[in-house]
Order: sequence, then C-alpha cells, then structure tokens
Amino acid sequence: MKTVVCVKQVAVLGDEVEFTGDERDVDPDYLERSLNEWDVSAVEEALRIKESLGEGEVVVVTVGDDESEEALRRCLAMGADRAIRVAAEGIDDADPLTIARGLAAVAKREEPDLVLTGVQSSDSVQAATGVMLAELLDFARVAVVSKVTLDAGSRKAEVHRELEGGLLDVVEVDLPALLTIQTGINEPRYANLRAIKQANLKEIEETALEHEGPGAYRVRRMFVPERGAGAELLGDNPGDVAARIVELVRGRLS
Amino acid sequence: MSGTLVVAEHVRGRVRDVTRELVTAAQELPRPVAVAVIAATPAPLAEAVDVAGVDEVIAVTAGGDEFENDVYQDALAALIKEREPDVVVAGFTVNSMGFAPAVAARAGFGFASDVFAFSVSDGQVVARRAFYGAKVHAEVELPSGVPAVLLLRPTVWAQAEGAGSASRSELTVETRASRARHVNFVEAPVADVDITAADFLLSIGRGIGDRENIERFRALAEKMGATLSVSRPIVDSGWMPSARQVGQSGKTVKPKVYLAFGISGAVQHLAGMKASGTIIAVNTDPEAAIFGVAHYGAVLDLFDVADELEKLY
Repeated sequence: MKTVVCVKQVAVLGDEVEFTGDERDVDPDYLERSLNEWDVSAVEEALRIKESLGEGEVVVVTVGDDESEEALRRCLAMGADRAIRVAAEGIDDADPLTIARGLAAVAKREEPDLVLTGVQSSDSVQAATGVMLAELLDFARVAVVSKVTLDAGSRKAEVHRELEGGLLDVVEVDLPALLTIQTGINEPRYANLRAIKQANLKEIEETALEHEGPGAYRVRRMFVPERGAGAELLGDNPGDVAARIVELVRGRLS
Repeated sequence: MSGTLVVAEHVRGRVRDVTRELVTAAQELPRPVAVAVIAATPAPLAEAVDVAGVDEVIAVTAGGDEFENDVYQDALAALIKEREPDVVVAGFTVNSMGFAPAVAARAGFGFASDVFAFSVSDGQVVARRAFYGAKVHAEVELPSGVPAVLLLRPTVWAQAEGAGSASRSELTVETRASRARHVNFVEAPVADVDITAADFLLSIGRGIGDRENIERFRALAEKMGATLSVSRPIVDSGWMPSARQVGQSGKTVKPKVYLAFGISGAVQHLAGMKASGTIIAVNTDPEAAIFGVAHYGAVLDLFDVADELEKLY
C-alpha cells in the first residue's frame, strides 16, 4: 500500500498586518508559518494505515517555497518515508487548481493506492485542492472523512463522511482513492528528538511547478475588512470586565 | 446564454436551508435564475425549491436518492454543457466540496469557495472571500470566457421565501457507476445535554490550553447558570463529546447569551452561533474574528476574567 499525503506549510497572521506593494497579498514578514492542522491528521492517518497493514510507504508532497520544507521535515519526523517539494512562489501559485496540477504531476509518477490531503488549509480555506487533484488523477474521492476502514484485499475502503450537524454518511469507495481528512479523526503523534534530528538529515526531492493554464482565480487585491460597529469593549481590568459580564448576563436572562 | 445556475442540496428527502439562501444570492445578479435538483426521483424536491425569485426549476434525474459525488459531478457537468450558465452557485458544504472542485478542474472553469459576496461586470466575475484566519478579505477575479463555479458561505444570505411560479423542465443524465457509494447514515450520538435548548451558553475554545482546565469552566458554567459548550478543537482533542460542539459540524445555537472564552471564531464556528441574542467574547487576540460578531468584547487573558467571575458567584 503506497500512500501519498499532500501537505501545506500554511501562513498565520498575527495582530498586525501590512500588504505587499501590489496589495495582492500580505507581506510575508507579518506571517508565521506552520504545518496545516488538517494535514497533520492526514499524515497520522497514513502512518496508521501503514502500521496496521505492516507494509507500505508514505510519501509526503508539498507545493511551496523554501520554507515549506519545514512542513515536510515535520512529516518525516512523524514517520513519513520520503518527501517531495514542488517549488512554487507567491500568490499566483497559490490557487487550488494550480496547486492541484503541481501535486498531480508528482502523484502520477508515484502511482499511489491512496492519496490523503487535509480537508482545507487554515490560511485559504478552499476545501478544493484535494478533490481537484483527485479529478486530475481520475481517482475516486471522498471529501471530509472522519473515519477510514481499509480492506486492502478487496481494494476498497469504508469511510465516514462528516456532514453538517454531525450526521455521518457511510461511503464505500474503490481504490485508488483520494480522501480529504477531517481533524479529530485521530490523535496525531509527536515526533521525538531523535526522529526530528534524523528527519533534518533526510534528502528532500525537489521538482519545478509547471503552469498548465489559468488558475481557478486570480487575487485582485487584499484588504482589512471594515469591522462595522464591532464589539463594544468592556475594558481592560479583569475585575471590571467580570462585573460587566455578570450585569449583562443577569439583564438578558431576567 | 447568460444565467445563474443554482445547485440544490438535499439529504434524506429534504431540501437543505442553504438552497434557499443560494436563491437569494443568485437574485443579486440581473439575469435568470435556474435551480437544478439532482436525484433519482427529483420531482417532490423540485416542488420545494420553487420559491419566489426562481425562474426555472430543472428536475435532473440521475443516480440514487442520496448524494454521491460522481453522480453530482457528471450531472452538473452535463447541465453546464446544456445550459451554458456563466455563474454556477452551490453551498460551501461538505457535499459541494466533494464534486464542485472536480467539475471546475476537469473543464478549466473558474472556481472559488467560501464566497460571501460576488458580482459580474463586463463578463468579469469577481468574488469576495477571506484569507489568513479571516483577518484579511480579498477580491478574486475568475477567468473570463468560462463559467465560474462559486461555493457560497452558508448563513450569509437570508432564505428566499414565498411560493414561486417557476417554469419546469426535466433532464435525465446517464452517470457513470459511482466509485464512492452511499451505504447508510449514522446519526450523531444522543447526548446527555441539548445545547440548542439553553438560554445561556458558556463556550470555551482552544484558548483554554489544557484538558485540565475543562473542569474549571464546567464548574464556572454551573455557578453562573450556564450550559457549557465548546468549539471544534476541544472535541477534536477528545476533551468533550461532539454533542457540546457549536458550529457547522456541530450544533447551531441561538441562546439569549453566548459567552465565549478563548474562541478565535473560525467561519464554521461563527455560522453556528452568530444568531445568538447577546454575544460576549473574551480573547487575547484583538484581531480575532469572533469580535466581528460579538456585541461585547474584552481583549484579556481568559483565566484572569474567569478568576474574577468565580469571585462574583
């Protein structure tokens, strides 16, 4: 069983924001980077599948800049066997179709039985890249999966699709398949120090991103939204704030 | 032809509320609105989507009675080919995530999701969506000359109401054999508590840090006469059962008072609580999205406020 897991080094914005000169993205100096939370769950699920079968390979792939290697190293430290980065830069390489094309080029070569991605990335929340990739690979796919039971012998899996309101749709899917993984499906492992050191020594394969047509969209401009009236601030003294909360609660409930 | 095609969403024989929101959104564009209902037996569902503002209801016979992504993908691709709409709208929902991106990827259509505003001028579709934890908004341009598939954020538009007088048409689509087949549904586990019935929810999120702190907030909630609810990360960590979860994948709540501690306000969470009577949020991050829907807020360490609240009860 060979599993490809697609991951993203997401960007997290702090309290302050400045935009790039063309106002089409946030200035990278204002962004912190980390491995996307949903992708951590996807890597963990792939490792568990490999461990339960007692055989297989887990290959992690990302499309991104140099700093994205950090995400791959974290996956390697968790236990992934190999890592590949498709080199890409900037906002015009960041729409889901462009990313899916970059991932597809690698995934086709790898010929996996299973491809896992996170449901969405925390920084752009498209929930689309995985399913676009499945289509480019002509794989069966299920989005928003909260449980996977694999039957490697019959080349099928039974999965739970988590619908709104907590209703679960039980789905039988043929392999090869792509599943987008929901958080909470497992409790991801922490890498130990030794594994982290070993991961830092591993080679990361690198390929170039091919642009094969227009992306899904082009960002025209980014801006800080108007907050409207916004919340009325209750002050900055915890005691006063608590007193106001009590007053508000009692007033609204009486 | 230019027109807007709405993809209706239904589960277990009922049209989901988001469909009527899509109808409202579609009417913002000055062009005909067609709603497609895809099912093995679409007729009864077609009745339910004939609301004011819909010009045409298309009953599409395809697949089984419940959603399967291969069926929806083939049906939508066939519909777009036949009707040539320039804008296709569906909900930003779990079902749409399973097929709409595939339709766009296959044909090279424009695509954007979690869209909360959109417009068309001179054939250019522009959608508005959020980036970077919803702290930043963006206008994105969809490619010209091809249909734009937009997944619209639920609960942004009001539900279209009132009986409609849409024309009816039918289409039968032969779809491929599904590679991902619906087997059955499993209900969310029955809970010891119904957070949707509470007048006062004290809701905690990632900001509480440690599992050990749950008990403290459970006790504080009890003292204050509140019911304890949580955001998704608390359930994902296995600290509380999903029955207490507020948000799109949990419960939609509307208490008189919603007091949020350490919840930053992911879009899916806000959709599940923004209709609450009075929202009070305590969070250390002044830019947290929850302050965008809160009526009252405090940018403070939630433990400092909890200390003081404990003294007052």
